[in-house]
Parts: sequence; C-alpha cells; structure tokens
Amino acid sequence: MNVVRPIAAPGRPAVATLGLFDCDIHPRPLSLEEYRPWLSAEMWHRLSTYGIRPRHGFAKGYPFPKAAPLASRRDAWPPGKVPASDLDFLRAQHLDFHGIDIGVLNPLQPSGQGDQNDAFSAAMAYAVNEWQLERWLRDEPRLRASVVVPYEDGEASAREIRRRAGDRRFVQVLLMSRTAEPLGRKRYWPIYEAACEAGLPVAFHAFGYSGWAMTNGGWPSFYIEEVSEHATSCQSQVISLIVEGVFERFPSLRILMIECGFAWIPSVGWRLDKHWRKLKDEVPHLRRAPSEYLRQNFWVSTQPMDEPERPEHLLDVMEWIGWDRILYASDYPHWDFDDPRTAFPAFIPPERRRDIFGANARALYGMPAA
Amino acid sequence: MTRPRAIDCDLHPTPAGLAALVPYLEPYWRDSVEERGMEALESASYPPNAPITARADWRPRGGRAGATLAQLQAEALDRFGAGIGILNCLFPVQLPFSEDMSAAFARALNDWVRAEWLDRDPRLRASIVLPMASPEHAVEEIERLAPDRRFVQGMILAMGEVPAGRRTFWPVYAALERHGLPLAIHAGSAYRHPVTSVGWPSWYLEDYAAHQQGFQSTLASLVTEGVFAKFPGLKVVLLESGVSWLPPFLWRLTKTWKGVRFEVPWVDRPPAEIVRDHVRLTVQPFDAPDDPDLVRRLLDHLRSDELLLWASDWPHWQFDGDAVAPPGLPADLLPRIMVDNPLATYARLREEGVPS
Repeated sequence: MNVVRPIAAPGRPAVATLGLFDCDIHPRPLSLEEYRPWLSAEMWHRLSTYGIRPRHGFAKGYPFPKAAPLASRRDAWPPGKVPASDLDFLRAQHLDFHGIDIGVLNPLQPSGQGDQNDAFSAAMAYAVNEWQLERWLRDEPRLRASVVVPYEDGEASAREIRRRAGDRRFVQVLLMSRTAEPLGRKRYWPIYEAACEAGLPVAFHAFGYSGWAMTNGGWPSFYIEEVSEHATSCQSQVISLIVEGVFERFPSLRILMIECGFAWIPSVGWRLDKHWRKLKDEVPHLRRAPSEYLRQNFWVSTQPMDEPERPEHLLDVMEWIGWDRILYASDYPHWDFDDPRTAFPAFIPPERRRDIFGANARALYGMPAA
Repeated sequence: MTRPRAIDCDLHPTPAGLAALVPYLEPYWRDSVEERGMEALESASYPPNAPITARADWRPRGGRAGATLAQLQAEALDRFGAGIGILNCLFPVQLPFSEDMSAAFARALNDWVRAEWLDRDPRLRASIVLPMASPEHAVEEIERLAPDRRFVQGMILAMGEVPAGRRTFWPVYAALERHGLPLAIHAGSAYRHPVTSVGWPSWYLEDYAAHQQGFQSTLASLVTEGVFAKFPGLKVVLLESGVSWLPPFLWRLTKTWKGVRFEVPWVDRPPAEIVRDHVRLTVQPFDAPDDPDLVRRLLDHLRSDELLLWASDWPHWQFDGDAVAPPGLPADLLPRIMVDNPLATYARLREEGVPS
C-alpha cells in the first residue's frame, strides 16, 4: 500500500489505528485558467465569455450567500490564494496535520456539473478530471480523484466513466445531489451501468441546482433552509433510486451519499416500507422491501455529523443504518469542517470509530486494509 | 369522574363529486361550473382508486368512500369509540390557479361540511379549509367561520406555492392566533412544484412518500421565518405527516442554526425547543416498524410525550381491522395521545368539555 504516514500528526485521533480516510476534500482552482489546457478553443471561449450557467439566475454570487467567504474556514486561506487551491497548504493544514492516509477529492463548482448546456458540462468534466490528476494527484500519493461527470447527459457521463475505468487513481463517480430529474429515472442509468462495469461506487454530494424549487413547496428564503433542504433532496434521491428499481437492474451498484446527513435514513426506509406494503401493485418490479435496498446499496459519510439533543441517540441511528456503512468525511476546507478528533463523541465505541475512520471506506473503495 | 373519550384528529369526509358542492357555491360559480363544463376536481395526491386513498372494506359498492355521515359513524366514530372527531376535508380547493375560484370552492366546501356533517352529529368538529393562494381570502374565511365554535382550526396543505413561513401569510396566522385556532397542515400539494425538489417522480408511491419532505420544508420555513416568535400563541398540527422523520430533522436544523443563526436572529432559541412547544403530529401513518423496542427508542428521540395526537385517518388505508393504535406504542401513552394531548392542543375542545 502506497501510504505516506507523517511522523507526527498532532491532529490525528488515536483510535484511527486502521488508517484515517477522508472521503470529502474540495479542491478549487485559483482561476478558471487552470482548466484551460484541457478545454478546446471553443469550450474555453464559452467558459471565458458566457461562463458557467447553472439552473438558476445567479451568474455570479450564490443564490443563498454562505456562512463565510467561499463557505470556507477562515484559517484555510493560503496567503494571496483561495482555500484548497494550493497543494502545499492543503498538505500542511490538513493531510499532514491530521495524519490523513487517503483523501478523496470532490471538486465542486466551478466544475460545470449541472450546467444548462450538456456539451459544455461534458467538456468541463473531462478538464476537471485531468486537472485533478495533474494538479493534485501527480505530486501527492495520499490523494484520490473522483470521476466528475456531466450527469444530466447519461451517455456522455458513461463515456467519461469508461475513459477513467481501470485508472486506480479514480475511486468513485461524482454527482451533485440536486439533479434535473430524480436520480432513479432512466436518463441516469447509463451512469450506473458504466460505474458497475468499472467497479466504482457512485457518490452524490449535497448541492447543485436542479432547476426546480428547492423545496416541493417553493423557494425558501434563507441559507439555513438551503442547508436543511440538502437532507430532503437526498431523501428524494434515495426514494427514487429504490422505487424506480435501479438496484434490481444494477444489484452491484453502490451509492455513497456525501454531506447529506444520515440520521434521516432509517425513517425514509420505514416510511417507504410502510407505504410499499399498501402500494405493491404499482411497483411489482420491486422484489424486496425498500429498506432492504437501502441497507444493501447505500453508504454515507459523516460530515456534517448529526447531533441529537441527547448525544447518545446517535448510537441508535448509527446502528439502524449499519455501522459498516458510515465513512468519515472532513469537508475540508469548508466552514462546517469536521475535525476527526472532535466530531465523534467518546461514547461511540472505539472500534466503531476506528472503522468509520478507515476500514469502512477501504471496504467500499475496494482497497486493502491499512 | 368518567374519563373523556378519545378525540380522533384526522377524518376525511369526501364530497361524492364536484356536483355535491354546487348547491353551496355562490350563483356566479354555480353558473361557471355548468357553463364551463367542470365535471370534476380531484387531487393527484389521492387518486380515488389508489389503495391508500380508501381502505377496501370502506369502499361501498357503487358509492364513494368517506362520502356519508353513516359511513363515518359506522366505520370510524362508533367503531373506534371517539367522543370527538375532527373533519379535515381534502377536496382540493388548493388546485385551481385562479385565486377567486379557489376561494369560492373553499367557501362552498366549508359550508358543505358545516351543513351536512357538523349539523348532524354533535361529536363532530372541523377545519376551516383555507384558500392560501390569497392570504386576504384566507383571512376572510377565518373571520367568516371563526364565530362557529365547531371550527377548531384552519387547514392548509404541506406543499403550496411558496413555503408556509413566508411573511405574506402572516395575516392568516395573526387571525388564527386571535381566534385561538391552531394552524393544521395536512399532507398534500397544490402541485405548483414537482413533489420532489429534484423533479417529477415516476410512481405514486414516490408522490405519497414525498409528503415527508414537504412537512420538513414547511416546518423549516415556519421556524426560520420567525412565525413562532411573531405569534407565540400559534399552535401547529401536522396531519398525516408521519412521525419518525421529526427527530433527525430537528437535530439537523438545530445544529445548522447554531452555525448560522446570525441569518435569522429572531430564532432566539433552538428550533427543536420551538417545535416541541408549538407543533403536534397525528399518529397515522406511523412510519416506524412494529418492533416495540424500536418504537420506544424512537419515542425517546422525540423527548416529549405531548407531541402526538390520536387519528384514524379515515377513510385512508393506514391499518387493517381495528388496529388504529400503531403497533408498538406503549399502552400508558395512549390516554395522553387520545385525550390529553388533543385537549391541550385545541382550545375550542376545552370550552365545553368532551363527551364521555
């Protein structure tokens, strides 16, 4: 195993004896010029002239302004640069300090995912993937890349996945959680087919803009609601993936939900089971209770850790979800970063924390134990 | 002293069709229905033939489930031994895009429930169905019907055009608070948006499941916009909402609030506390397994035995036979759910005492 373990990592939790695996790090280009080497002249012209055009009206600026500049920790800004744009700084502040053995990159915007223009989104995805390899992975063996795909175009996404298949530097396919249609719809099935072929899990990370109102009752007013609505969007995706029969067609498909929260998962399974028993006639393609697919085909990352009012209630939900399904994520460099030393209450048994820090991710990503 | 009998907080009388409401429409709208050939108004939330919409043994041959007082009495009120039943009409006055038409149907529906149900069985109470497309119309409807003490709350659907906490609705909440009426929020959508925030699903099962997301978003809106700070006397009752989603929703909202409460400074205490003080939920459907140990742990997550209200959800199919109490609920909690909690929630049910 190609692991570079720092000699001293003051920020590493002692229980991480099976490795410290961070499945959510967000690299960012200092400027869009960083993507240029991998964009055609036509696509560079589009990017530099018309910009990224997501499914909302804010050409610049956020629909819901964040809690901090670039949603980032105040101490994550390298001098003169933006957070997570500088490998040396990221190494020192995060990988070395916390003793991260493996960190998975999940590039968010400006990645072109969910763009109104499918061809542009596909060109950007290719560029962002090359950028991850060249800019981050080439000089840092602890990092892994995600296959960024233009998910609104299933066929183009499948091409990008097949292009990366077999390249062990890519460990998963990356989608955003708010898509133009629910993820179980057939337009997305080429993604699942290619991912299963390549043996890659499909991760969806909270965020993105579907083009629909952010709640099923209209647009909310506040950032606090936008954050809350990540959970409801992801719930809808889970329901769609299960009810559409995706896991009947692709039983080996593994879905990882990143930054979606996790305490809501049992309730969604229970609710689906309850109503499925009454509505089985509508969905004969489901051969098992919905919660069984949920237990079999889904994984979750921890950040932001759900925090019950009585902290020990966390044990109930983690047990209901399945201890082997829970992966540590830091969300570096964002403001709501989870420090591996403090994110997990001490009453979570040490061997459970140990697995959340390392073994569960290695099992999902098919890596040998540390 | 005899203990008051149970209060069934969610019953759905259903007009046999649009025609049943015509006598209660104002002349202009009666003419419109006829001249424009309006034959039906049905909501996609409850397709009449879908299994959940009505239990098989509550579907009369040749008639409509939930359509007559005799059905209600035989199938729910008498059978489950309710001393009081609250009628929540789901005839979809929220669907029409014309706010005038929506308000006209709401008035007709409320007059229908008063004349054909409330006047015929003293055990019955009802919601004022609110035409929220126009807050002005909604306030007018509250003012028109609030003097009739048998109307015990105002009712909206979980999914409207904009989230329920928005300031545009505050005159409605002021009127409800003034009259001591809770705001009831029932499962359902005005279908101004897809039932998921990521677009339209393929299956009705997804549509019905999506109410759970609608309730979370609605509650987040009511809390973060400051409705409960502005109207400290307002109570909210979630109907047909499910229950098990509430604790994780509150954990997440409360944690996020700790991080970004500068954005909503009027939310001056943890959302979980606000919700426990103001919000109640009915117990059908109860979205948990039957395992009593699991249910006990789930109830522990709610951190209160005051939140749940008894409901059969008649004639919707949530349970079979007489199993109106969700399996796994501890027996000592039932009296609270059936009587104490509804009485504490509904000021107007406390006024005259409850038939025992």
